[in-house]
Amino acid sequence: MAIDTPKPLVLSNARVIDPARGLDAPGSVIIADGTILAAGPEAANQGAPYGAEIIDCAGAVAGPGLIDMCVSVGEPGAEHRETFASASKAAASGGITTIVTMPETDPIIDDPALVDFILRRARDTAIVNVKPMAALTKGLEGRDMTEIGLLQEAGAVAFINGHKSVRNAQIMRRIMTYARDFNALVVHHTEDPDLAGGTMNAGLNASWKGLSGVPREAEIIMLERDLRLVGMAKSRYHANLISTSDSADVIRAGKKRGLDITAGVSINHLTQNENDIGPYRTFFKMSPPLRDEDDRQAMIAAVADGTIDIIVSNHDPQDVETKRHPWAEAEDGALGLETLLAAALRLYHAEQMDLMPLLATMTCNPADRLGLDAGRLSAGAPADVVVFDPDRPWVLEKSAIKSRSKNSPFEDARFSGRTLRTVVAGRTVYTYD
Amino acid sequence: MISMSAPDPHRLSSFPHRHLLGIEGLQPHEILGLLDRADEAVEVSRQVEKIKPVLRGRTQINLFFEASTRTQSSFELAGKRLGADVMNMAVSQSSVKKGETLIDTAATLNAMHPDLLVVRHHAAGAVHLLARKIGCSVVNAGDGPHEHPTQALLDALTIRRHKGKIARLTVAICGDITHSRVARSNIILLNALGARVRVIAPSTLLPSGIEKMGVEVFRDMREGLKGADIVMMLRLQRERMSGAFIPSVREYYRYYGLDRDKLSYAREDALVMHPGPMNRGVEIDPEVADGPQSLIREQVEMGVAVRMAVLEALAAHLPNS
Repeated sequence: MAIDTPKPLVLSNARVIDPARGLDAPGSVIIADGTILAAGPEAANQGAPYGAEIIDCAGAVAGPGLIDMCVSVGEPGAEHRETFASASKAAASGGITTIVTMPETDPIIDDPALVDFILRRARDTAIVNVKPMAALTKGLEGRDMTEIGLLQEAGAVAFINGHKSVRNAQIMRRIMTYARDFNALVVHHTEDPDLAGGTMNAGLNASWKGLSGVPREAEIIMLERDLRLVGMAKSRYHANLISTSDSADVIRAGKKRGLDITAGVSINHLTQNENDIGPYRTFFKMSPPLRDEDDRQAMIAAVADGTIDIIVSNHDPQDVETKRHPWAEAEDGALGLETLLAAALRLYHAEQMDLMPLLATMTCNPADRLGLDAGRLSAGAPADVVVFDPDRPWVLEKSAIKSRSKNSPFEDARFSGRTLRTVVAGRTVYTYD
Repeated sequence: MISMSAPDPHRLSSFPHRHLLGIEGLQPHEILGLLDRADEAVEVSRQVEKIKPVLRGRTQINLFFEASTRTQSSFELAGKRLGADVMNMAVSQSSVKKGETLIDTAATLNAMHPDLLVVRHHAAGAVHLLARKIGCSVVNAGDGPHEHPTQALLDALTIRRHKGKIARLTVAICGDITHSRVARSNIILLNALGARVRVIAPSTLLPSGIEKMGVEVFRDMREGLKGADIVMMLRLQRERMSGAFIPSVREYYRYYGLDRDKLSYAREDALVMHPGPMNRGVEIDPEVADGPQSLIREQVEMGVAVRMAVLEALAAHLPNS
């Protein structure tokens, strides 16, 4: 990115929503030197800084840019699927200003030098902020813990074993215990690998299709185990992707016991269910698998009541080579950056959630959990802002997908809610035309 | 004069599908139409002159990703009896491992302009994937544990020719239901034609949700066979078992192997079927397999007839037909 500082910017005539402050009011956002000067009704009467560009938002929402806490990028190792450049363009078009990356690349991000590599590549090629998560165990093999201290110093914001669980409870317990000394956040994919052993949600649907099933209990058991270990280790813990009503109950009970835990859900599990798979459509193959409609509704309810804190895209670009196979042989993963906000707005339009708490799950909640100063519009915060019209209709056309891969489960989907402008550190990185 | 009993002229052309990917999605009258056609094909096959050249000039490719003697030769013979040029392609796992995807294979085949493609694959849904990417009619000859429609059709034909009907018969399907495409196709077909379907297996070999699949579930074989008109045995697919499903073959045989004693619980005129290949002494006693109630050999004959019927029905949708 260029080194010169951008011109001051005023987003006027906006509906300013800042979940961190509980603010939802008409007003402006004033930006200079890459930070927020003021945002809200009070900013509307302050005039513009000298030389500012003034954008009339015409009543659209101006909110904190989204933070997507679970993003796979192909770089390093699979640049043909996605690079920081392409992922960040996709993110910007979806109103996402910070992507938190998964470590399951080639090589796996389990060494401070690799964290450094990502941060430099991102600085040179990405138009949004990139915050890497590092591996929880070396090579994601679930055996030896990584250098949590050094990785954190290098810039890792959290630690995760990719889309796999650490199978051995004793190892997990030690990692959690060690991580506590660094106040590091342990993020975990909760799926018992032995019990999972299938390729779609276990049940009648899988049985008719002749596919081996992933029982809900594979997730529930691993999550219950983890929370018991958190109780022993007193560590900070985040369940990355939960998908069943029982998992939400487990999290609820854990929070009640006073554990320092949070939970995430992918947008797919809030807007799709196993019936969307249809005739073995592999773009709907993911981990955890899409569950039934009851579980989807339970996930929405758990986001609405605050049990689930964070919504992520679980963006995972896959190409023809990995997806155009019979179901059982295809890779997991679905695109999500470009559709996260628009798909999340379906919950708002269905009157299942208000706009402010919905936006909190993608702004201040992940920021607070990861210790980022972004995700809010308070004075002095980084000027990462999204302007969107919550009602503007659009259709996701395959040809318009900005990601290098095209495996979107929302291909040809109709949305209400469109990102109009994305601002990162005071610089406009995306405008809708 | 118009005969009041003239056969419905639309009957033989009432198969509206371009592919046969499964029994799921077929209407009962379409299934019956195929069985009627197959009855005629049985007659053709029993003549000295066994050729009914409705597929003359057509190319049929049998694409088998999984080894099969019985099904492949049955499809081959069926195609040849209808006058088609039949080519067998066995795709070894090695070329798949070299990185050639199913779609690459489909593209290669497309370039050869086949009219009919018969596919067997070890993965559920693979045949659907091919059908979406290829220009010709596709017949599913078995896709993983999903469906094996021509097997269910030949089973139904065999039953109908002996019992005169399918409706209201009690059919007990015994064995490894979880891994069986034959079981899935048969459950759908038999239900569509009004039979009462039972499954008998240890719980580890029953798929999740089986009680909602339109069957009565039994874990005790003698109990399950009581009053059955048809006993349909399944092969114990030991090669598909990746975990501990049963403790040993001898224990399985004790509780789920069909012997004369267990068979005596079924109706006296009960008939025994098996899709083959059989494991004698694992799921079926040789005495029963080769005994007077067994239809196992006849099933093979019906297999050719049913496949002729299917190929002929699909041929009506080929270009320039």
